[in-house]
Amino acid sequence: MMLFMLLFSRQGKLRLQKWYVAHPDKLKKKITRELVTTILARKPKMCSFLEWKECKIVYKRYASLYFCCAIEQNDNELLTLEIIHRYVELLDKYFGSVCELDIIFNFEKAYFILDELLIGGEMQETSKKNVLKAIASQDLLQEDEAVEGALTDIGLI
Amino acid sequence: MYPYYDQDWSVLPPENNRRFNPSFNMTTIRQAITEAVERVKMPTPTRLRDLIRQIRAARTAAEERAVVNKECAYIRSTFRDEDSVWRCRNIAKLLYIHMLGYPAHFGQLECLKLTASPRFTDKRIGYLGAMLLLDERQDVHLLITNCLKNDLNSSTQFVVGLALCTLGAIASPEMARDLASEVERLMKSPNTYIRKKATLCAFRVIRRVPELMEIFLPATRSLLSEKNHGILITGVTLITEMCENSVDTLNHFKKIVPNLVRILKNLILAGYSPEHDVSGVSDPFLQVKILRLLRILGHNDPDASEAMNDILAQVATNTETSKNVGNTILYETVLSIMDIRSEGGLRVLAVNILGRFLLNSDKNIRYVALNTLLRTVHADISAVQRHRATILECLKDPDVSIRRRAMELSFALINTQNIRIMTKELLVFLEKSDADFKAQCSSGMILSAERFSPSLRWHLDTQLSVLIAAGNYVRDDVVSSTIQLISSSPVNEQTYITHKLWDSLQVANHCEDKQPLLQVAVWSIGEYGDLFMNGNNADGLEPPSDDELIGLFQKFLTSVHVSTTSKQYALVSLAKLSTRINNRNDDILYLIKSFGTDLNVDLQQRGVEFAQLFGTYNSLRPALLEKMPPMQIQRDSSQNGGSFDETAETSSSADLLENGGSEDHVNKELANNDQSNILLDLLGSGIDFSADNNVQMMNNKNTVPETSTSNNQDLLDLLGLGGGDVIPTSTITPAPLGVLNGNDLTGLNANNAPAPMLGLGTMVGDLGITNTPALGDITISSQPTNMQYDGPMLTALDKNGILVQLASVKANNGSLQIVMTATNNSMDTLEQYLFQAAVPRSFTLQMMSPSGTTLPPGGSLTQEMTVSCTTNAVLKMRLRISYVINGQPILEQTELSGFPQTSRE
Repeated sequence: MMLFMLLFSRQGKLRLQKWYVAHPDKLKKKITRELVTTILARKPKMCSFLEWKECKIVYKRYASLYFCCAIEQNDNELLTLEIIHRYVELLDKYFGSVCELDIIFNFEKAYFILDELLIGGEMQETSKKNVLKAIASQDLLQEDEAVEGALTDIGLI
Repeated sequence: MYPYYDQDWSVLPPENNRRFNPSFNMTTIRQAITEAVERVKMPTPTRLRDLIRQIRAARTAAEERAVVNKECAYIRSTFRDEDSVWRCRNIAKLLYIHMLGYPAHFGQLECLKLTASPRFTDKRIGYLGAMLLLDERQDVHLLITNCLKNDLNSSTQFVVGLALCTLGAIASPEMARDLASEVERLMKSPNTYIRKKATLCAFRVIRRVPELMEIFLPATRSLLSEKNHGILITGVTLITEMCENSVDTLNHFKKIVPNLVRILKNLILAGYSPEHDVSGVSDPFLQVKILRLLRILGHNDPDASEAMNDILAQVATNTETSKNVGNTILYETVLSIMDIRSEGGLRVLAVNILGRFLLNSDKNIRYVALNTLLRTVHADISAVQRHRATILECLKDPDVSIRRRAMELSFALINTQNIRIMTKELLVFLEKSDADFKAQCSSGMILSAERFSPSLRWHLDTQLSVLIAAGNYVRDDVVSSTIQLISSSPVNEQTYITHKLWDSLQVANHCEDKQPLLQVAVWSIGEYGDLFMNGNNADGLEPPSDDELIGLFQKFLTSVHVSTTSKQYALVSLAKLSTRINNRNDDILYLIKSFGTDLNVDLQQRGVEFAQLFGTYNSLRPALLEKMPPMQIQRDSSQNGGSFDETAETSSSADLLENGGSEDHVNKELANNDQSNILLDLLGSGIDFSADNNVQMMNNKNTVPETSTSNNQDLLDLLGLGGGDVIPTSTITPAPLGVLNGNDLTGLNANNAPAPMLGLGTMVGDLGITNTPALGDITISSQPTNMQYDGPMLTALDKNGILVQLASVKANNGSLQIVMTATNNSMDTLEQYLFQAAVPRSFTLQMMSPSGTTLPPGGSLTQEMTVSCTTNAVLKMRLRISYVINGQPILEQTELSGFPQTSRE
């Protein structure tokens, strides 16, 4: 089971955090800080895995963004790399060649996509198409609501 | 009246006529809609973007803080209004601010209000906020449970989806209990979108509250007959969790092995399916999950293993290996093959896959391979041996993690056949490795040399090479184990290694950079000075001249770069040398005397006391400084500095509390292990001495007043024991070794660094009465076998054939000596037996190391402890006993009372 996922920039700025374990805010911040420093200090030729406390850390850099996941001892670290890659692909499809700015300005969308891929730290859907379809339908639902709201505002309905 | 029928109404001018609105034409409607749609595309409209821009435009942290604080204040103020139109947007902004690390807890309730809103947009942001801002301890959890309950019953699948997703992320045990039945209902939903999410929620619920597993069982099996991969993968995940939770469920699910095999087979054999393809592999995510479940089901089960052998072989041979995906699956397959009762051929195949991994250009794959080999090395060592060369090659990898794994694996692979070659490679590695590797690597090498060394000469040479290669990074245990080894060697080897050590000291910087080496060297030179300087040696090594020898001592005794510890070694060595070589006593005395004014208390004391041995007590000097008896080598866990056990720690910290403050702490760090050797040294000679003066010692014992500190008593016991009962060396040597070896004794050394010297000094002064508190420990550890435990026998645990009993006896000083005996009457071996005890605050508890941690059937082990009290309270003990039986860790806790009354007389 994935314990948490962090996205941060090369400057160490947090871009997204998803926790599947319950920690107090203070601890979350501490963990984040520690991991960001450790990972940023690692050289590119080093492998993507870290043993850290009770768990394994798997991270990968895509352009200016680091994707970092903590998994349990008996999870497959190579598969975690694939999950990260799948998430990146989904972001890319959704935003159209995604960049860090997309994730900064539409962070909630990034969360929504992640929530359609993973639940409780486990993969719920292995088809890219299905994930994107679910996101698109929910976006549509929001649009409908907005239209409806706008019509109500001006007194049409 | 209805306004519509109002008479006046139709005659109003158009601008007041609500029915007729000229701006209400198609264009305006269209425009309004477009605007709204635009706004939705960024569901938190421009204002969020503006805020993000503003924050990003801030050039300094202070500026950013100002922007954030202003916005937070604004958001707070809007929360006070009931106006809900902008709540969604404000929460979104708050979430961004939260991500930057600012406090955002004040938004928690607002999130809940959003989730209760009928609008999907509100719910979406509300639940997102709930997942980000709430943690388990929040009282609002009760509120959110209600929201979730409502939404789990919604008719819109996406609303249900949001609720399930939130539950999956933040389910607390209470929430899990409250909502489990809802989740179970949704698991049977015909809608796949809801069903897969519910299944994972069930997984989380079980994670949090394992006993809720029962209610999900019936709904689980049908999950595997679905076609949809989302359902399959979540189903497999859920079953895996259930199987790991209970053995019964594991057996219940044994029958699904054929289903799993079929699904897996379909995945490999089915042609290209674009929906689930990942660079040529069909749904690796699902494959890995199935392989893992197979592993759990086939573990220790020949039938199930038999059923999956074929498919594992198929996966292992058919998987494309050029990409990470393929290797992911192979990796999981290898783990499964090694974990189930697979065929021999399959195991070879698996290890070969790992061998191929080791040669892979992807460092991640190499890392995984080493890790897996490390895990499987005990299962099939010969198969792993074949890849030894590749593993040794990995010692040179640029990646630290890989080097570390390779080193650990190398140690696991060492055996009698390959020790020479492996040690050679590891020495090269040790020389070049980083500081943090050196300690671990050197200790590992010493350990394996001890286990597998082909000859004593080779062993000594290796110890020396390790000391040279690892320099100051050597752990203290290496110093003591080397000294033990030398001490237990035959005379000609002692001469040889002393020569070698002398030679190694001639290299520049060895004194400063390699102090552990220096310590071993001076110890040997002092101890075997006669053999070294005059003895005939078969190896044709030339002894140095007396001048060179004294010169060297002078050089590093005066060097500022040599640690106090090393100087302590050197001073003792020098004193010993005075009885081993002739005619240089003046030089030696001069050097020793120069320490009489040293700033370091311990060195000064040594200086003054040793100088005494050249003056008034000159006649005692040869006897006092005699050679130590050979030490027994103990191959116990304390060799590895990292693994000293908890009980030893408690006892040493108790020491600190008792004696702390009375002695100086200057040498706390430095006076680590060497002290023990010196102490041992002195004891060795001290015992000889006391044996000679047996009668007098006994007399002294009688004259010691009862009221003096208990520690005196202990030492006298020790000396009495040494002098009276048995042959001194055999009583004393093994016992202190057990205690003194390794780092266990930090407390002892730290709280009383100059103790051994003090002991000697006074012993010289008035023949026997000493004041050496630290020695108390040794007494206790060497004595209990002679003690009669006549107190009541208390049974702490009698369960499953494991019997743990505590016998106690009152000691002279009012404390209670307790010995714990654990007997194993079962048919299985107990491993990692750990006995822990706690006493009320008015008591102090000191625990000695146990006699072992493993209990074979019929075997027993003991552990002593001392309880002393400050009041007349009744002693109660809380005990915790843990052990591993058949691979199952077991923990027992109990309370025990009924000990004899302890009191301070």
